[in-house]
Amino acid sequence: MTNLVPPLVQLDADSKSLRDDVRSFLAAELAAGRFVPRVDSWISGWDEEFSRRLGACGWLGMTIPKEYGGHGRSHLDRYVVTEELLASGAPVAAHWVADRQVGPALMRHGTDHQRRRYLPGIARGETYFAIGMSEPESGSDLASVRTRAVKVPGGWELTGTKVWTSGAQHCRAFFVLARSEPLDPDHRHDGLSQFIVELDSPGIEIRPILLLTGQHHFNEVVLEKVFVPDELVLGRPGDGWAQVTSELAVERSGPERILSSLPLLTSYVEKLVEQPGAEEVRMVGGLVARLLTLRQLSLSIAGGLTDDTSVDVPAAVVKDLGTRFERQVVETVAEHTATAPDPDAVDNLSRLLAEGVLHAPGFTLRGGTSEILRGVMARGLGLR
Amino acid sequence: MTVDQATAMPDAEDLRDLRQLACSILDKYAADALTAPRQALPFDDSLWQTLAASGLTLLSTPMPAGGSGAGIAEAAALISATAEYAAPGPIAETDLLAAWLLTVAQLAVPDGPLTSGTCEVAVSEADGGMVRVAGTADRVPWARDCDTFVVLGSTVAGEVVIRLPADRCSIVPGHNVAHEPRDAVRFDLDLPRESVVPVNSGLAREWLLRGALARSVQTCGAMESALGLTIEHASQRIQFGRPLGRFQAVQHLVAEAAGEVTAARAACEVAVRTAVQDGIASPAGELAVAVAKSQSARAADVVSRVSHQVHGAIGFTLDHRLRHFTLRMLAWRGEFGGARDWERRVGAFALAAGGDLWPLVTSGRPDPAS
Repeated sequence: MTNLVPPLVQLDADSKSLRDDVRSFLAAELAAGRFVPRVDSWISGWDEEFSRRLGACGWLGMTIPKEYGGHGRSHLDRYVVTEELLASGAPVAAHWVADRQVGPALMRHGTDHQRRRYLPGIARGETYFAIGMSEPESGSDLASVRTRAVKVPGGWELTGTKVWTSGAQHCRAFFVLARSEPLDPDHRHDGLSQFIVELDSPGIEIRPILLLTGQHHFNEVVLEKVFVPDELVLGRPGDGWAQVTSELAVERSGPERILSSLPLLTSYVEKLVEQPGAEEVRMVGGLVARLLTLRQLSLSIAGGLTDDTSVDVPAAVVKDLGTRFERQVVETVAEHTATAPDPDAVDNLSRLLAEGVLHAPGFTLRGGTSEILRGVMARGLGLR
Repeated sequence: MTVDQATAMPDAEDLRDLRQLACSILDKYAADALTAPRQALPFDDSLWQTLAASGLTLLSTPMPAGGSGAGIAEAAALISATAEYAAPGPIAETDLLAAWLLTVAQLAVPDGPLTSGTCEVAVSEADGGMVRVAGTADRVPWARDCDTFVVLGSTVAGEVVIRLPADRCSIVPGHNVAHEPRDAVRFDLDLPRESVVPVNSGLAREWLLRGALARSVQTCGAMESALGLTIEHASQRIQFGRPLGRFQAVQHLVAEAAGEVTAARAACEVAVRTAVQDGIASPAGELAVAVAKSQSARAADVVSRVSHQVHGAIGFTLDHRLRHFTLRMLAWRGEFGGARDWERRVGAFALAAGGDLWPLVTSGRPDPAS
């Protein structure tokens, strides 16, 4: 049998009380008007106060050990918290990359110094990170990055340009994937390294790139001979490719690959309850059936993370199916509702639908396009 | 009138052993049977006897009734394996439907293949303390190969389970697109009163849920095999100087199919687990089965399309095994309710949850009132 995903997991009773706590917190936040639910809130909802309140609850850096300021909890516990936040459309963008990716990467590859320097702030919801993988000439073909790292006394000097750098204007630092040895055409994945680059370093220029919504989330970050001390090299020089591959697996498998458009579906169903038509009920049933299934697959990968198995193929499966579902929610609601999408509407459904339409093109691109993912799956099936 | 069943999932290792036992039997059967260039895979009595001798034909039927006393999880593992080999015969129907109805009605479970259908039944008093029953059950799987039919009849006075001797019914042959028997069973006969047992009205729903779960699991089994053949073909067939699987367009097709199989398999696993833990007729069981049937039926479209597309003309003929699996999944996706039917059910659960769609997703437990 061709089993592309780890065994399914069942959440235990403890996770229920954790979930209840998160729900109570979110209900209180909503009641106090401290956030407005958004589509794609892990991109669109930058709210540092909210992130700090989450940190105070112990819901950031959950899998980081206590000695580094984290909470030593399981990936499944973190999953419960993040899926609740996303489902409610809460503003989680500020801490998102730091909590999801940078914390685990520092635990896997980082030095004790690096961990002590960043992890406590990440767990408090105060230290934000971005990722510097893509470049103007390197999108899906990540191994072609041109940013160069040149060895200098006491460290490295980085020169190049990174794009789609989320929230760089607010972040303390970002991971930069750079070529630290000349390209060997036969071994393109060799000679790449990751560096922790503090964004207030001399030689860095940050320029906004606006989303379709007009929001300033992405940036172009230009590095001109930026000095990075040896102590901020991530792992061993030359291990960059293996590091980003394992980071991407984490990045691709989470609930944000399923739930980005859920606030729109919830809002639609709330309205549909008043006057449900038979076709609309079936359509909602089709979406909910898919959602229940995809959530189980995504959870199984969080279970797989716990067991420290390789998840690049399963993560590709979940992201391909999950982001198609996110898109399908937007398309189906747009097709079935009489409400016109308006980004500035007071009406929730109208606004969320507009946000859905404007964010949907990104669902199946970011973190690896569906086409790249299908290549990863084909490899997992033995076709390449 | 309830049948006690286990509420804990069996060990994965036990399920693997069971699967291995089934596969060792099915391997021998399939070696020749699947290559014959004919439409139908006829009922194979020697295969049936071998499965029966290993205790596999009445797997989830309680021991006092002559079964093996396992649960739905074991039954699902078996019918998944039999579907992977396209094994002919009413394997799911015998255990999960017919023997289950007989056990609930406290009727004896006879040896041999059994099948089951539902229909309206006219019941009247007959001479000598007998009861006259008349009706027609349509599209009864493998009826022509069974000695006993178990009908879940709806009458003006409620539901009844009827054990019908095949030799006193008339059969109008019919088939599904995989050329499996789906016969009409007509009956109009006098039976001893004890062969017509009134049962509670929830049974029809559970019968449908059991059938839908069985077909979902079988569809997954057929999809696994079709996908396996497709990957094999794409790896071996050379065109333009390289294997088909080296072409990105082909890779993407196969990946799409594999993703759908993965999703459907997960939905079925959850449905089986929920059926074991909560009962298949519980609201959680019904939701999980509805999800499994919709996902497996939708996946069947994709997997059959992709498999045939990748195989080219050879898969479109009786010269190739592929059809056993693609045609079965296409037949099974609509039996016991198709994707749209079950999506309506899921939608009704979702709307009953009102503004609380998300808690329904995380708990998988609809409000019992809906």
